[in-house]
Amino acid sequence: MAERIVVDARGSFCPGPLMELIARLKFAAVGEEIEVLSTDKGSAADIPEWLRKVGHELLDTREEAGVWHIALRKSK
Amino acid sequence: MSAANKIGIVVVSGSLERLQMAAMMASVAAVSDNEVTVFLSMNALQYFRRNAPRPAAEGEFGELLVQKKAPEFRQLFQSAVELGDAKIHPCSMAVDILGIDTSDLEPWLGEPLGLTRFLSQTQGAQVWSF
Repeated sequence: MAERIVVDARGSFCPGPLMELIARLKFAAVGEEIEVLSTDKGSAADIPEWLRKVGHELLDTREEAGVWHIALRKSK
Repeated sequence: MSAANKIGIVVVSGSLERLQMAAMMASVAAVSDNEVTVFLSMNALQYFRRNAPRPAAEGEFGELLVQKKAPEFRQLFQSAVELGDAKIHPCSMAVDILGIDTSDLEPWLGEPLGLTRFLSQTQGAQVWSF
């Protein structure tokens, strides 16, 4: 399996992490997995909400030492 | 798939906080399947000239935005255009009053728009003003 693409948005505030994710998502292929790293708690809640709205698959969210890891699969 | 919702955003303030909020709204709306039209007028427009200075903060929050390096509002508006296909137009009246040459404005802005056109483009839309 191909490696996950990592979008490192640590230190960026809302909506920075979301916009960084979307910029990278444009160049990803359908089915590819992306993991966003964010230190912004608001984005950790807002990115899954955006995925639901737009229709990409949320795989996992977890917090580790103040960093949220949001994993998703490009679905379309 | 549902048709895109239309969202209109009118920006007249030249305060950093209001420009930031408008830019956040425009960028997130534009990348979330909405058809976004932004109309820039009054004190806001001058901050969309190339190499414009940073607008003054209204209060402490604006100072924090700078200090904590929140995404720059012009960059957010540009992302709204490039990632979400938002249309951002200077108000034609403000362009005339300021005597701006449109080639001095940020290149990702659309053509100057009059109110009649903006109103017809945002008919039935959710409209926000800042």
